[in-house]
Formats: sequence, structure tokens, C-alpha cells
Amino acid sequence: MEAMYAFFMDTAGMDEMAAHITVAVIMATIMFIVMALCAIIFTWMERKVAGFLQSRYGPMRTGRWHGWAQAVADMLKILGKEDIIPAEADKPYFIFAPLLVLLGSLLAWAAIPWAPGFVAADLDLGLFYIFAVTSLVVLGILMAGWASNNKWALYGAARGAAQMVSYEIPLLLATIPVVLYTGSLNTQDIVIAQQGGVLNWFVFRDPFLFIAFWMYFIASIAETNRGPFDMPETESELVAGYHTEYTGMRFAFFFLAEYANLFLVSMIAVMVFLGGWWSPIPGLDFAPAACFVVKGVLMVFLNMWVRWTLPRVRVDQLMHLCWKVMIPVTLVCVVGAGIWMMASGAVG
Amino acid sequence: MTDDVKITNRGWESQDHASEMKSELLELNMGPQHPATHGVLRLLLQTDGEIVYKVTPVVGYLHRCTEKIAEGVDYKQWIVYTDRFDYLAPVTNNHAYVTAVEKLADLAVPERAEHLRIVTAELSRIASHLIALATFGLDMGAWTPLLYCFREREEILNLLERIAGGRMLYNYMVPGGVRYDVPKDNWVADVLEFVTMLENKKLPDYNTLLTYNKIFIERTSDVGIISKETAFDYGCTGPVLRGSGVKFDCRRDDPYSLYDRFDFEIPVGMGEMGTVGDCWDRYIVRVREIEQSCRIIRQALETLPEGPYGTLELKKPVKVPAGAAYSRTEAAKGEMGHYIIADGGAKPFRNKVRSCSFCNLQVVEKVGVGLMVSDLVALVGSLDIVLGEIDR
Repeated sequence: MEAMYAFFMDTAGMDEMAAHITVAVIMATIMFIVMALCAIIFTWMERKVAGFLQSRYGPMRTGRWHGWAQAVADMLKILGKEDIIPAEADKPYFIFAPLLVLLGSLLAWAAIPWAPGFVAADLDLGLFYIFAVTSLVVLGILMAGWASNNKWALYGAARGAAQMVSYEIPLLLATIPVVLYTGSLNTQDIVIAQQGGVLNWFVFRDPFLFIAFWMYFIASIAETNRGPFDMPETESELVAGYHTEYTGMRFAFFFLAEYANLFLVSMIAVMVFLGGWWSPIPGLDFAPAACFVVKGVLMVFLNMWVRWTLPRVRVDQLMHLCWKVMIPVTLVCVVGAGIWMMASGAVG
Repeated sequence: MTDDVKITNRGWESQDHASEMKSELLELNMGPQHPATHGVLRLLLQTDGEIVYKVTPVVGYLHRCTEKIAEGVDYKQWIVYTDRFDYLAPVTNNHAYVTAVEKLADLAVPERAEHLRIVTAELSRIASHLIALATFGLDMGAWTPLLYCFREREEILNLLERIAGGRMLYNYMVPGGVRYDVPKDNWVADVLEFVTMLENKKLPDYNTLLTYNKIFIERTSDVGIISKETAFDYGCTGPVLRGSGVKFDCRRDDPYSLYDRFDFEIPVGMGEMGTVGDCWDRYIVRVREIEQSCRIIRQALETLPEGPYGTLELKKPVKVPAGAAYSRTEAAKGEMGHYIIADGGAKPFRNKVRSCSFCNLQVVEKVGVGLMVSDLVALVGSLDIVLGEIDR
């Protein structure tokens, strides 16, 4: 990042403001491209993983090698679809909702530390910022459901809003022990604190953090609206939930946002609990970004594995799980991790 | 502003508008195009949020006038139409119809044909139950069991294709026998091998993947409880009745064909995970019935006698004297009955079908009240209806 600023200010002769804007635009473009690529790759991966778990192949034809081009072809097809806005829909909201959903996860991508020094927005409140902007997704889903003027969509939106607002709490609480350990919300600081091999990763630091990691994992599945917590969609109950009325490009935005969110929560898990860009064996950190992405993809795989194995919970059971099980457990984790820190002398 | 706002038990309401505020139930139209209604069933719901206050099934979207057609075709020609009732277990439908015709025409069926009928009917029942498990799992949001069940069903379709020529609609039974003998390519051994594989490997797989899954049990136990009395009142039969704890099965209690010769048990719901008659009970009854069907198939094939597989020449129409006959058989989804009135001609005067799914579906109206929308999906899924049979 500093190198980029230096390049634009010294070599290209820009003033500080112009350099900042240029760098921001470049980083935003990179992030968006990476995100779109991820969505395409994960769509293909989801289908292959589902096929693998269901004793079938998944896409095999498009692009010859294991249907690698299937997701690309799907994207092209979906771009060519007619854009339908229902006659009774609330047009401005209907149009804006998918953008808001996408925006929520795209903004959060900015604070992800891919490698030492390589983070689009190096914020002191990085982790806080990530959870703050992902809340936008709830608004988008609620807007989409309401604006569609469809009862099924409204059901999906109402469920989705209740679910995502509730699950943000254990999601946040589960990361608080890590913040206690690090003493910082900066995403880079959190990763740097985990240097020195697999045993220094926060997930293995103490038993409370281990529990907190799994709590985070469960809450993150709910936060991304994927099975077994896919209440807003529940294709067997609510037809397609909040995006029932969406077609073409707007539907693609929801789709993109789902996979962007999926990778986002996986990357947060990697960043907060699984050592970020550090390799499991100390001293082997040749390719930090690759290490980070590989761990993220493994988390995504775990997520897909769960989705294609378990049945879906009911909406009241989902709420019960959140408020009566996960929030107390994560609270205990916060307190427990604090006590452990004091007892083990990890705090100064 | 704060003065004319009061807190009521419904939250904040303006006093000026309090009298105008009224809440009403949301009318929700579930189907006929809905992924969880198993075809073209339409459920009219009145809901308050997630709670269902009234549910009215609307049927008839797949009506094909089959009973009227029966009056215009001769006895044998109508067999193909019976295939299309419960298209997931066509052979059991054939069975119900041909036994009625045989009763009327007083036809004897050779033993080999009876054995083949039982084997194919039980294979069909397994195929149908596999779909029931698969789609019930799908309704609960579990995708993977669907694919597994379809994989095994594919095997059954292959076996039935080899003996009957069709993959979905077999038209296999004729009055007085079956249409084709066992093919000469090791069919019996293949069926036995499949049955053993299903019993020993596949069913335990489903049980670990779905039946005893914690989330699945949470979703289905104590949900949509059909009491014994309700089941009797609405004329429920088949796994729905047995799920409510009633040990009734036409194959044992009103034996037709050669079912009384074989040794099998009748699984009933015992409320293992909750109350007797909940969705889980109906589900587990089907799983256990698959095991029992495997037993029947094994016995029927091991004692398969030699001899003719039919008494009538295939191309000749059946001669039926005037009279009336009713026969009932245990189809995959319940008791399938055919009431035929013959006037002595080539065609029946009237043919009335008692279809099991139609009666089983009625119970939704009573049991569905007070459930959540998700539970209603579980209830409809656990009834295992087929619209081709409801509407005929």
C-alpha cells in the first residue's frame, strides 16, 4: 500500500488526495473482480462438492475438464435473461435491494488482510467495521422481500431479518475473546498476533477460544443464510424466499452476494481464529496470500459439506438455538477466555 | 403526540385510529405450483405470521376423467390407466384392478403369476417408499438423501424394465396372470442381490444420514400428530394409519393374492421420538416397510414355482358376466379399492376407484390447524400423497 502511494505521489506527481483516490479506485476494482471471480469459482465448487457428496459428478460438459466453464456459462446466460419487475412492485426499492445486499459484503471485503501489508482499508476498527457493514445485507433482504409485493418473498424477508439480526450477536461475541487477546480491532494486528505455527492460532490458544470458533462457525452459516439455516430461502417452504420475484441480473446480484458472503465469513474465520496468512508450520511463510486463500477455501468446503448433509431447522428452533444456546455459550467464552488470559499470564 | 398514544397489549397504537386498526389473517395460496406440494396440490392457507389457522386442500388440477374413460374401454384396455394413478408404484395399482376383474370373471391365477405379481408389486412399493423418504427429506431441507434414494430407485426401475419393458408405467398385470415371464438373464438372482444390498447397506445409510439425525427428529417428532381416532374418522390407510399405531394391513387382514403364505411383520408407529402418530412415526413406518417388502420378495422368489404365468390368451378380451365386485389391496400409499359394476358387455358399466392418497390428504384440514408453515410442509410430506391418484 505504501509503495502504491509512493508510486503515485512521487513518480506520477499526484498530490496526496489524488493519490488516495486513485489507490482507492484501484483497490475497489481489484476487490470487485476478485469477488466476482470467487463467486464464479465457488458456484462451480458448490456444484462439484454437492455432486461428490451425493454420489454423482456435477457439471461435466462445459469446458471439457470437469465442467469448469459451467459457472461462466451460467453467468452469461443469466446476463441475457429478461429483467422482470413485477407490476405491483415498489420499483425503487426493488431495484436498489440487490445492490445493497452486494454492497454489504463488498464493503466488508475491504478490510480483509490478504498478506502482510496488503489490505485495501487498513482500519484501526477493522473487525468492528466488517461486522457493521455486513449488517447492510439485512436491509437489502428486507427491502427485496417487501418491494416484491409477494407473500412468499415477504415471509422470507421477515424470517431473514429476524435470523440475521439475531445471529449477528453470537457472531460478534464469538470474536470478542480474540480481540481481548490481541488488544486491537485492526485486522492485521489480529493476524500478526497469531505468528508462530499452528499452536499459536487463536483457535488452539485455550479451550474457550476453541468453543468460540465453533460458535462463530455455526453463526456464520446462519449469517450467510445457507443450509441448515437457510430460512430466508427455504426452497421447500417459501418457493425461493426473498428473491422469488427476481430475474436476470438482479437475481445474479443476490447469487453473487451469497457466495461473496460465504467467502467473507470464511476469511474472517481464518483471519480471527485460524492464523490468517501464517502457515501451520513456523518459518514456511513463503506465500502468505496463498496460505490465506487456501484456508479460506477449506472453510468454504466445510460450509458446503454441512449444507449438503444436514436437514433444515425450523424457524423457531433457529431462534431458540441463537438466543438460548449460542449467546449464553459465547458470553461464557468471553468471560472464560478473559479469566484464562489472566491466569496464564498472557495479559501484561 | 405522546398524549394520544397508548400502550396496548398489541404494542403502540394511536388512540384516534385504535378503532380502525384491525388485524386479519393472511390468505396464502400454497400451490398448485409450489415445490413442497408434491405435484399440483393447492393448499389455501390462512396464516397469522408463521402459524396456520386454516388449511383447505384444493384438488382437481390433474383430473383426467379416468373413471369415465373406464366406461368406454374394455376391461383389459383400462389397465394402462391404472398405471397412471399412483405413478410411483404402478404395479400395485394394476394389482388392485386385476383382482377386481378376476373376482368378477371368476378367473384363477397360476401360482407362478401370483408370485411374480407379489415380487413386482413389492419392488414397486419399495420404489414408492424410497421416493417418499427422499421427498420427505427434501421437504425438511435435506438434499442428499434424495439423490441416494433415487440411486436405489434406479436399480428397481432397471429390474422392472427387464421384466415388464417399461421404466415408469409397466402395464404388467393382466386379468389371469402377468404379461411377461421372468427374463432369462439371471433376473431372480439380481433381484435377490439388490434386496440384500438394500437391506444390509443402503437402509442403514439412510438411517444414519436422515432418520436419526438430530435436526430431522426435531423437525418431525411431535409434529402433525394424527391420532388413531382422527385416522379412522378420515379413512386414512396405509403408512398413515399404521403410523398412528393401528396394526392394519390388507395384505395380512384381508389377504389377497398369496400374501397369507409369506411371513412378514406390520410395522406401526410407536411414538419412539415423540407422540404416536407424528410425522416421524409415519416416516419410520415406511423405512421398516421397505425391510418387510424385502423379506416378502426374498420368500416369493425363493419359492417361485414353475408353470404358466397366465391363463388367458393375451390378445383376447376378458369375458365378464353381469355383476359387481369390490376388491381392495394394499397399495404403496394405502388401501386401493376398485368397485366394478359389469353389465355383461365388453366394457364395465361403472368403475369406481377408492384411492388412498385422496383419503389421506383430507386429514390435513384437521391436523394442519395450528401448525407452523414449515410444519405443514412436514405434514404434507409425511402423508406421501401422489396427485395422479388423488385426482385420477
